Amino acid sequence: MAFALTPEREQQVDDILTRYPERRAALLPVLWLCQRQNGWISPEVVEYVAERLELSTAIVKGVVTFYTMFFDEPVGENVVWVCRTLSCDLRGGKAIQDHLEKKLGCTAGHTSPDGKFTLLKAECLAACGQAPMVQINDYYYENLNVAQLDRIIDAHAAQGGEDAAAEFSTCATFGAPHGSRGGSVTSAPPPPSREAVRLASQPPPANDEKGEGS
Amino acid sequence: MSRSLEPLLTSRYGIEESWKLANAERAGAYEVARQALTTRKPEELREEVKKANIRGRGGAGFPAGVKWGFLNRQDGEQIYLVINADESEPGTFKDRSIMDLDPHRLVEGAIISCFAIDAHVAYIYVRGELAFSVARLEQAIADARQAGYLGERPFGIDHAIEVYVHSGAGAYICGEETALLNSLEGRRGEPRLKPPFPAVKGAFGMPTIVNNVETIASVPDIVQMGGDAWSALGQLPGDGGVRIYGVSGHVKNPGLFEAPVGITMRELIDDYAGGMLGDRPLKAVIPGGSSTPVLDPRRKVDAPNEDHPLHKWHGQSEIDVPMGVDTYRALGTMLGTCCAIVMDDTVNMVEACRNLMRFYKHESCGQCTPCREGTGWLVDVLDNLCNGRGKPDDVDLLVNISNNMMGNTICAFADGTAMPMLGMVQKFREEFMDAAIHGLPDGVRHDDSVRSMVEGVA
Repeated sequence: MAFALTPEREQQVDDILTRYPERRAALLPVLWLCQRQNGWISPEVVEYVAERLELSTAIVKGVVTFYTMFFDEPVGENVVWVCRTLSCDLRGGKAIQDHLEKKLGCTAGHTSPDGKFTLLKAECLAACGQAPMVQINDYYYENLNVAQLDRIIDAHAAQGGEDAAAEFSTCATFGAPHGSRGGSVTSAPPPPSREAVRLASQPPPANDEKGEGS
Repeated sequence: MSRSLEPLLTSRYGIEESWKLANAERAGAYEVARQALTTRKPEELREEVKKANIRGRGGAGFPAGVKWGFLNRQDGEQIYLVINADESEPGTFKDRSIMDLDPHRLVEGAIISCFAIDAHVAYIYVRGELAFSVARLEQAIADARQAGYLGERPFGIDHAIEVYVHSGAGAYICGEETALLNSLEGRRGEPRLKPPFPAVKGAFGMPTIVNNVETIASVPDIVQMGGDAWSALGQLPGDGGVRIYGVSGHVKNPGLFEAPVGITMRELIDDYAGGMLGDRPLKAVIPGGSSTPVLDPRRKVDAPNEDHPLHKWHGQSEIDVPMGVDTYRALGTMLGTCCAIVMDDTVNMVEACRNLMRFYKHESCGQCTPCREGTGWLVDVLDNLCNGRGKPDDVDLLVNISNNMMGNTICAFADGTAMPMLGMVQKFREEFMDAAIHGLPDGVRHDDSVRSMVEGVA
């Protein structure tokens, strides 16, 4: 069946087209709109986008396959990206992945049997000072430990992504445990030798003395 | 030597709901833009940025004022400002804090910069993962527009300025400026051949300035203080101002810190980041994102010659050299994004190296053969070393592959892969040889983890 955007989103496409001197430049933003509506970039979406932006389907498909965040196959209700690059791995990224695989019942790159979660490995998500972390759908969850991760995943399964994000995501506090600072980040006491501003949060206490390794 | 005692770039981070226009304005947001647009000439503003000696904060460290000077407009051409917020260099997480906690500083910087370089449109290219930052920025832009700071007549002057956010979709290479431009134009994010440089032919074929988020966010302070005064905040010649330092890995307080240009890595780790986690010894530190060759605290600066730029630090540890674009280049590494990855003595460098090379293999755009094949081969060889299937020759093979990648590709990605690889082998060769002969030592896990889960977490 042919794909169509909702009237509101069609309106957004018109608005996006005014931002660029060339029609083609709207390709990434329009693909995002479609993926938000459809969950993935199906062949029907590719045809719709190609027609809307006056491009060939080959060009659209070529762009879709270049970018990791455009899915060219269906994914679960929630997409979990676990960061596995060095800063996260130095603080337990691998264990976070192992735990997720056990909990969700699927290995990275696959969707859980109940269809609720797709688990993917991610390369650096630019939250290195708040490692380890995962991204679920649009939101970051940082300074993780396994108990916190369990709560986050359970909330996604029970309430859906937006509600779970409102409760647990660390986006609004730049990594601080949710609710602890009401969205503001305070300066830490200056270090002995000179003034400095500390921006990111302390890791939660359970994470604090993790120097000894195992 | 002047020090910045009060935070500048991050001065509004601590304010309650700092991202809201009213709160940011109470703390001074848009005052500089108002003054600059209504009382200053564009060429004066460009001069201030030049005098500020601000080295590009995206990693390459090119002087932003000089870059602005390369603009070469032909008749009828439109100039674009593109702000690079595709922050993806492993270890780097500073730009996100600006977008999330003080988006109005970035928008204000964009307004002043557009006016200074005679651009009417600025695009902020944000990496696709940062949907939250995109939302914050879009709200900030809408509010600034509503207040009359953007649009047809910003602050009532006759110079239309629009700022748009363009979301990427998950590709590290789009942080390379010409790949970013391709991505902005709706293409695959494959870097373009240079020349022509973006300042001559950039977005949509028009002269374009591509600057990092932190660079543009510094512009309001530069204009307010004056370029000379801002430059003097830094402690190194030709490398001015303050910047946001990041620390991740094995330190007690990982995070972001604002400080003048020119503090040392030792100060960053011990004074700012609280020292090593569990007070373990520091083994190695990657100074400014994964593409910058590793520093080994045991190594001493070898600069007996008085003409050498590092002579002043001759005989001291590598981590006691002030962090600057030029000092770090002289040291054989790069300052990069100024966000350090700190590793203690439990880390096996072969394993750490494999982690990073997997990143590069995944992120190579595949356009040039030396990069596409080279990154894959590096991972294959490192896999063998880690899995006990290595041979002593493999260590030289790593060097050989890296040397064949350097300088043989369209963009700097291959160099950014080969340089840290070569640095690792040069500084930790015994560890690579050891892995080639014996495999990884006991206690290092033979899967793809750099280090097993930390205690109290698993």
